[in-house]
Amino acid sequence: MDIEDKLQIGKYKFNSRFILGSGKYSVDLIKAAVEYAGAEIITLALRRANTSDKDNITDFIPKNVVLLPNTSGARTAQEAVRIAHLAREIGCGDFIKIEIMKDSKYLLPDNYETIKATEILAKENFTVMPYMYPDLNVARDLVNAGAASVMPLAAPIGSNKGLCTKDFIQILIDEIEIPVIVDAGIGRPSQACEAMEMGAAAVMANTAIATAGNIIQMAGAFKKAIEAGREAYLAKPGRVLNNGASASSPLTGFVLD
Amino acid sequence: MKKYDCVEYDEDMELINSDIIDNVLFETENYNYEKYTKKDVEEALNSNNCSIENYKALLSPAAGDMLEEMAVKAKEEREKHFGNSVYLFTPLYISNYCENHCVYCGFNCMNQIKRAKLTFDEIEKEMAAIKETGLEEILILTGESHKLSDKEYIGEACKIASKYFKTIGLEVYPMNSNDYRYLRECGADYITVFQETYNSKRYKELHLKGHKRIFSYRFNTQERALLGGMRGVAFAALLGLDDFRKDAFATGFHAFLIQRKYPHAEISFSCPRLRPIINNEKINPKDVHERQLLQVMLAYRIFMPYAGITISTRERSGFRDNVLTLAATKISAGVSTGIGSHCNTTEDKGDDQFIIADDRNVQEVYNAVKGKGLQPVMNDYIYV
Repeated sequence: MDIEDKLQIGKYKFNSRFILGSGKYSVDLIKAAVEYAGAEIITLALRRANTSDKDNITDFIPKNVVLLPNTSGARTAQEAVRIAHLAREIGCGDFIKIEIMKDSKYLLPDNYETIKATEILAKENFTVMPYMYPDLNVARDLVNAGAASVMPLAAPIGSNKGLCTKDFIQILIDEIEIPVIVDAGIGRPSQACEAMEMGAAAVMANTAIATAGNIIQMAGAFKKAIEAGREAYLAKPGRVLNNGASASSPLTGFVLD
Repeated sequence: MKKYDCVEYDEDMELINSDIIDNVLFETENYNYEKYTKKDVEEALNSNNCSIENYKALLSPAAGDMLEEMAVKAKEEREKHFGNSVYLFTPLYISNYCENHCVYCGFNCMNQIKRAKLTFDEIEKEMAAIKETGLEEILILTGESHKLSDKEYIGEACKIASKYFKTIGLEVYPMNSNDYRYLRECGADYITVFQETYNSKRYKELHLKGHKRIFSYRFNTQERALLGGMRGVAFAALLGLDDFRKDAFATGFHAFLIQRKYPHAEISFSCPRLRPIINNEKINPKDVHERQLLQVMLAYRIFMPYAGITISTRERSGFRDNVLTLAATKISAGVSTGIGSHCNTTEDKGDDQFIIADDRNVQEVYNAVKGKGLQPVMNDYIYV
């Protein structure tokens, strides 16, 4: 495998293609999960970063990983921008994952508001990683707005259902020049592997790890699956035939001239 | 909109255009829980998307015999939507003056209890003392007196609270949408209003005096709060006042319709109950024992898996800690229902609304949550 195969998001490069979530499980497991996952980026809902001494989640995140604060809780572009500013003020760096939801039931992203927030924050030199519903037109708009990656959902967040939006994510991978990072709904290492084989630049997971019987072990399983999927993608998988087997001898060998 | 009580709206009461009340009361009246069988409950538990019909089955007596199966499903949903997070908060009672006569309530205006309200200085001292415990969320409560705890008084309390806390809830008397807009600007994030019972006839028998008599104005409170810009709204029936199965159904269905109409609203449930008198089962088979309360909480969790559920301090610690792993997501800690008792320098000025069954302080509740393998979360919210 090419040793220079790095994930590039904006001006930053990473060896790991696994972005780990930090919500939904005990904070004292975060450090070990990061290690087993080999993750270099961990997401953090800024709304969870409290000022109290009691189990402040930021105290449990290892210093050697990049913090990717998200704007969850924002319902409009304006609110997302305000949360991004707060994140920068409290020293979370210039990465921002835009999450704008107007629906408390499914937590589906609002693509329209997401484009608006991306445009504003990219102009302010944030490295903007928008969570989005996989729509090619929206992805193009996000690229034009200055996004550093797009993060389409595979399935409803927290559902562990896997690549429900597979065909649409494939379209983004085929058409969009910036990294396509599959976010939300990935429930199994095999699904993460499949996303990587398709050509996704990285995979993000939270609930899949948080709801596992052994969180640390599952973090390690995801790491291996994502690496395997990436390697398979680079190795260019053999074609899949739709209509049965392919004859190894030519069917048209009888033609004389 | 139909009238559900004989009392006209008071002049200052805002009338909103909503058909949710008609819908909820019609469905509740026609909810016959006796017709559901074990098979219906199994179907509900096997469904990926709990329908209204499934929800009715989950609240039926048939489902009461299948608590274990319900618990498995509820636990799954809880983990999917909330992981192992448990949100901690404490209530602060700032005034117990009340203009209502609710026959079941210790604060009611006919009761000769010690009445008091905190001064702003006392509120600040109380809040500073609560903040010291590590909490980031507070629920401000008053009795229902428009005169002695007016909206400006509550607004000032919110402003003080926003200096100390990240999330501010209000459990005060129902107001108009413009009042909620004002309180939102003062820093409030969500409101809780108990409908008490959704049976309007029973409601009339229980609420004899005061603004609270007007059933439909109270019913529409959550909607007015959302119109006023509140972020979240909480729903509850005081289970045991009337037929608890119908009241629990109505509470969930009310919340469901509000979420449909206002998809951004953060929905949550409280689950207060009237405790049955011991050995009263034969006299009142509809009493709400722990089993029934658990059934209701599990049904809420399965029907609206994304909604918050708060477990009351009226329940014993063993019940509270365990129900957190299955259905509830939020627990109060360090609770006092008197007026001003968090801080040593504030004298306990007024009598308590009710006796609590779990008097553990914040650290003790925190330890218990951890002991269940759950993660105490002090804050999960940004005021934007």
